[in-house]
Amino acid sequence: MIIEKPKIKVENLDLYYGSFQALKKVTISIEEKKITSIIGPSGCGKSTLLRVFNRMNDLVEGIRIEGLVEIDGENIYAKDTNMVALRKKVGMVFQRPNPFPLSIYDNVIYGPRVHGERNRKKLDEIVEKSLRAVLLFDELKDKLDRSALSLSLESQQRLCISRLLAVQPDVILLDEPCSALDPMATLKIEELLQVLKNDYTILIVTHNMQQAARASDNTFYMLLGEMIEYGPTEQVFTNPKDKRTEDYITGRFG
Amino acid sequence: MINEGIRATFDQELKELSDQVMAMGITVMEMIKKSMNAFNKSDEKLAQEVIKLDDRVDKYNQDIETKCVQLLATQQPMAKDLRIIASTMRIISDIERMGDYMVDVTKFARRLMGKPKLASAGDVPKMAELVEKMLQETLDAISKKDLELITKVVEDDENVDAALRNMFDTAMLEIEKRPLSAREAIYQLFMARYLERVADHITNVCERVYYMETGELKELHV
Repeated sequence: MIIEKPKIKVENLDLYYGSFQALKKVTISIEEKKITSIIGPSGCGKSTLLRVFNRMNDLVEGIRIEGLVEIDGENIYAKDTNMVALRKKVGMVFQRPNPFPLSIYDNVIYGPRVHGERNRKKLDEIVEKSLRAVLLFDELKDKLDRSALSLSLESQQRLCISRLLAVQPDVILLDEPCSALDPMATLKIEELLQVLKNDYTILIVTHNMQQAARASDNTFYMLLGEMIEYGPTEQVFTNPKDKRTEDYITGRFG
Repeated sequence: MINEGIRATFDQELKELSDQVMAMGITVMEMIKKSMNAFNKSDEKLAQEVIKLDDRVDKYNQDIETKCVQLLATQQPMAKDLRIIASTMRIISDIERMGDYMVDVTKFARRLMGKPKLASAGDVPKMAELVEKMLQETLDAISKKDLELITKVVEDDENVDAALRNMFDTAMLEIEKRPLSAREAIYQLFMARYLERVADHITNVCERVYYMETGELKELHV
């Protein structure tokens, strides 16, 4: 698939955990302000690929990466890459909501505070803006001092997204963000993503095929560390070009 | 790593769906055959049977549509599975129309019963034979997933169209020469016209089969 001005560009990416090659010559361009879903069976490398974009994999011992990964035209694996700036720019949301055991307010301002913001008025503004973006502000504005852990799982996941928005990222990575949520909460998070994509480039790893079909603009199918197919979601789910994609999305691949 | 058994239940249901579409198509073929026998032999009883068969076609239509909706709701089909079910819903409505047209053909055959046959009376069964063959080949193409056969059927529609044009000319001449047999000529022309419509619906089915197999929605009719 040809993407004119990609937000993220990956070329011939090989990734090894020791002697195991987890990603093989992956080449993909991610469209700006669109939702791209990465699907594939367990162990296909989709979470590994997601973690390439904020260099979370760097924390794994024995990891080796070859190839090019650019965000906004900048090689994020260059020697002089500012990791703090990169992780600010590329935020991540995980399977299980992971709010800090702090108040709702302190959760949201955690990032800005780490980045040096001290002005109370500014911080208040950030909290309102970030919680509004995830449609939680009206519900929580009088309860900001309550523990974040008292919220429902769905609200906790929203809070985690707002915590990430507070540091003004460009790219949001979501690794199975709804797998701990019930179906209604899942749909609500998906709706939220549709709103967020006006401002952010979103990548989502999901096992839920219906979620990829419903919520994403482009779909990327991976198998054994390789890219098998990448295309507009409606095409991939109605008329996949590769037999292996067909087998996977119709549930005939075990 | 391909495990054929993973969706065994769903695969079985898709197979049953396809079997039912076949049975529905075969019923319409039976209608064509019986209708022409009724016409040739002026057999009122056979004509009645054709009209009864249409009830069976309508029942298939309802049952298959219901099944399709159930499968959409319960199996969340994707890719080819989705195309099969979506196409089936369109195909059965085309076959249902074919049944309706065969009832119309038969009604005109009944009106002609007991009347002297026109010289051109043999043209109608000849055309029906072409149409029946098109339907037979379409059903074969569905079961064998044979796209070449699909293309051939669509081309055959040209012959049906040509036959209708000829029959139109013949009817005009007939009416001009023997105005007293105008009624018979017009009835016969109507039969031909409805048969030609059946062939059009067959080409619609062909387009759906093509889509089902390739994912490409295109006008095969040129």
